[in-house]
Amino acid sequence: MISITDLRAAYGPLPVLFGLDLNVARGETLALIGANGAGKTTTFAVMTGRLKPQAGSVSVAGRDIAGLTPMDIVSHGLALVPEGRQLFPSLTVEENLVVGAHSRRAGAWHLERVYEIFPTVAEFRKRPSTALSGGQQQLVAIGRALMSNPEVLLCDELSLGLSPAAVDVVYSALQKLRGAGLTTVIVEQDIARALAFSDRFACMRHGRIVLSGSSTAADRTEISNAYFGMR
Amino acid sequence: MLETLINGALVGALYGLYGLGLSLCLGLMRQINLAHGDFIIFSAFIALQLMTHFGIHPLLALPIVAPIMFVVGWLLQRFVMERTLGRGEMPPILVSFGLSVILQNVMLELFSADTKSLDPGALGTAAVNLGSVAIGVLPLLTLAVAVGIFALTAAVFGSTRFGRAVRATSDNEAVAQLMGIRTRRVFANAMGAALAISAIAAIFYGMRGTFDPSTGPERMLFAFEAVILGGLGSIWGTLAGGIILGIAQAAGTLIIPSLGPLVGHIVFLIGLLLMPGGLFTKRIRA
Repeated sequence: MISITDLRAAYGPLPVLFGLDLNVARGETLALIGANGAGKTTTFAVMTGRLKPQAGSVSVAGRDIAGLTPMDIVSHGLALVPEGRQLFPSLTVEENLVVGAHSRRAGAWHLERVYEIFPTVAEFRKRPSTALSGGQQQLVAIGRALMSNPEVLLCDELSLGLSPAAVDVVYSALQKLRGAGLTTVIVEQDIARALAFSDRFACMRHGRIVLSGSSTAADRTEISNAYFGMR
Repeated sequence: MLETLINGALVGALYGLYGLGLSLCLGLMRQINLAHGDFIIFSAFIALQLMTHFGIHPLLALPIVAPIMFVVGWLLQRFVMERTLGRGEMPPILVSFGLSVILQNVMLELFSADTKSLDPGALGTAAVNLGSVAIGVLPLLTLAVAVGIFALTAAVFGSTRFGRAVRATSDNEAVAQLMGIRTRRVFANAMGAALAISAIAAIFYGMRGTFDPSTGPERMLFAFEAVILGGLGSIWGTLAGGIILGIAQAAGTLIIPSLGPLVGHIVFLIGLLLMPGGLFTKRIRA
């Protein structure tokens, strides 16, 4: 579903991605892990069109999306749950969800289906999005991404700034989406949680993938060595 | 006295209309346009040109001037204001201040410094008697049009796909783009709408008062006072702010005829002291 080949990207003069290769199969959940500055968020920025790559290709369902604008990429079926949730504060919860469908991409997701899987969100539909707790906001942010009817869902640091209890709620809500055919990539600081939730993992360091494999068979020592660059 | 105050409220509806375009810029797009008053005067001059060349009534010039100003607003946003966004508060202030000076001088070159007005014909003197009070038909029409335009604007920006896109864009442009919103185009359309509304205000202003190329900043001041009194981001608040301002000015003229504008400013300052967020603040800036 996702195929990234030899991707190179930089913020101005500062190179961040040095030939990233990554493949994610349809319906699979991949955990992208790595220390701060490894290039995880940059990878998402290129995939969503926020940052133009210098070289390499990113294809989603066989279409090359590298270098397209964010507006075009969302209509090709890729949605991001941004780091820190970033709901629209002057919109109500429901308006935040409806704005998610702005691209008018066809698919099975609609308002009622989001409310069905996230019943707590439905309770607050008429409230300003700022009136919700962090965990509830995170559910709205996921719902907003689903409203664009994506084939690929990118989740950036879902647990950032949330209490452990709220993180449990968010991940158990996300669990309901597995089996819905979504291809999911999560970036997560909490490695144990990332491995528990994913089918496969890929560990980044210095802008490329240094280790990848099945999450269930993952060797913790091998991962920490890759994570910290030890041999 | 009652008549004076009612007339003040009706003039206030016009101030509300001045303010509505600014309210969209300032409250919804969160982008200041100091040339707002000059665009009102510019629209009035375009209407005057149409009237003198084609001999039409100001109200007939309206459906021509409003679309022209929509295009002007669209181009202004796309090619000038857009370049100032995301660089802090100062660049839009400086650029629109410069634009205000340029526009005043262009109008001076094109239309001379003579004082003009848009002759409303018989409409200007028509009045209806309500008991002991005589009220002009034109001010009543101004109020009716203002209420209609406010209702339309509130509906469009409050509950349409376009309105949501404008609010989402002003909250967070980058995330709005992730939703597929073509943010630049959305803002250009919003600016077009703001200037089209200014054109409507301009024509009703020109029919009841006089204007010349230098009267823009005073319109801007009244517009600004109406927006702030009503509360940033609240569309109906701007109409209420305009009406309060109009009544305050009328009450001032009752004391000493030349005191009107000053009393208006004083009421504005008191309002700002007691309710810094305005009467109808719907949302707090995040």
